[in-house]
Amino acid sequence: MNVSIFNYFRSRDKGSASIAKERLQIVVAHERKQRNQPDFIPQLKRDILDVIAKYVQVDQEDISVSLDKSDNCSILELNVTLPSA
Amino acid sequence: MAKIIVITSGKGGVGKTTSAAAIGTGLAQQGHKTVIIDFDVGLRNLDLIMDCERRVVYDFVNVIEKDATLNQALIKDKRVENLFILPASQTKDKDALTLEGVERILAELSESFDFILCDSPAGIEQGAYLALYFADAAVIVTNPEVSSVRDSDRIIGLLQSKSRRAEKGEAPVEEHLLLTRYNPERVENGEMLSIEDVKDILAIPLLGVIPESESVLAASNKGIPVILNDDSNAGKAYADAVSRFLGEEVKHRFIEPEKKSLLRRVFGR
Ligand SMILES: Nc1ncnc2c1ncn2[C@@H]1O[C@H](COP(=O)(O)OP(=O)(O)O)[C@@H](O)[C@H]1O
Ligand SMILES: [Mg+2]
Repeated sequence: MNVSIFNYFRSRDKGSASIAKERLQIVVAHERKQRNQPDFIPQLKRDILDVIAKYVQVDQEDISVSLDKSDNCSILELNVTLPSA
Repeated sequence: MAKIIVITSGKGGVGKTTSAAAIGTGLAQQGHKTVIIDFDVGLRNLDLIMDCERRVVYDFVNVIEKDATLNQALIKDKRVENLFILPASQTKDKDALTLEGVERILAELSESFDFILCDSPAGIEQGAYLALYFADAAVIVTNPEVSSVRDSDRIIGLLQSKSRRAEKGEAPVEEHLLLTRYNPERVENGEMLSIEDVKDILAIPLLGVIPESESVLAASNKGIPVILNDDSNAGKAYADAVSRFLGEEVKHRFIEPEKKSLLRRVFGR
């Protein structure tokens, strides 16, 4: 009895607006990061995926490619998550 | 030298044209010579909102293609001194606007106007790009809703990287957030993103909050910019936003739920 009343107030306080805000924060942060990447990164990512897929089964989301610029050099970071088996 | 202001959003139907009409009218009311340009080629609408649809003879594209002079195409508002409208063309040719053409017209208008408002079409294609390219300031019209906020963030990205100021390495385009169709009751119930939520995400200064209001539809039905309706909360909120744009400090209004009287609470209205 007490629990359901408690839940009622909790669900009001965590309305759909707070879900909207969390989802927006994630997608906007992701898109801002991509915005500052050079145009060739998406194609590079697809090419790398094609090569790796010759050997193991991987998906687009198992690969992350990013370019970090510092003062006098750029570092291309490549992360591939391989299936455990 | 005029200040060029783009009214933009990415997403359609959020209130750009309503806001361009209201803010342009407000600036003219405060004594600044102002022109509002409709960049929505093929989907002209500012003329209806400003009640000058029957007075359109030449349009923006005619002037760019030198079939008419600016003086022939500019429509002088009948209600407010210092206010002019340059209507969009209804051509289906989406490439009718060119960067050089737009630049030439803006330069010519700059000689005699204080403010040039560019009412952007939706999207991030050519029309929207040209509307923002020459901007000194941008009013980013946003509804408290996920897709609108995300699209606004993309437009802010474009302003920061693809505008003339960004390309030339000049001082960045001034950014102003205009939150429209805001419903304080729904925000209080946790159903709608709040002012703080949207500010947290977009991280640009707030110019104004325009409440969701029936008077906006009534205004567009009649072709009277809502800012001319002294009884409308949306109209008053636009007037406040114009004053803030001109540097005045004005407290935000209509952002809390209206206190319902006991009788209205009992009878549910
Ligand atoms: N504050 C508001 N309250 C209620 N309706 C609004 C408000 N602002 C805009 N609208 C309505 O939203 C619709 C789209 O507005 P419009 O200015 O044409 O948007 P856009 O130019 O961004 O496509 C119109 O029907 C308009 O009347
Ligand atoms: Mg419009």
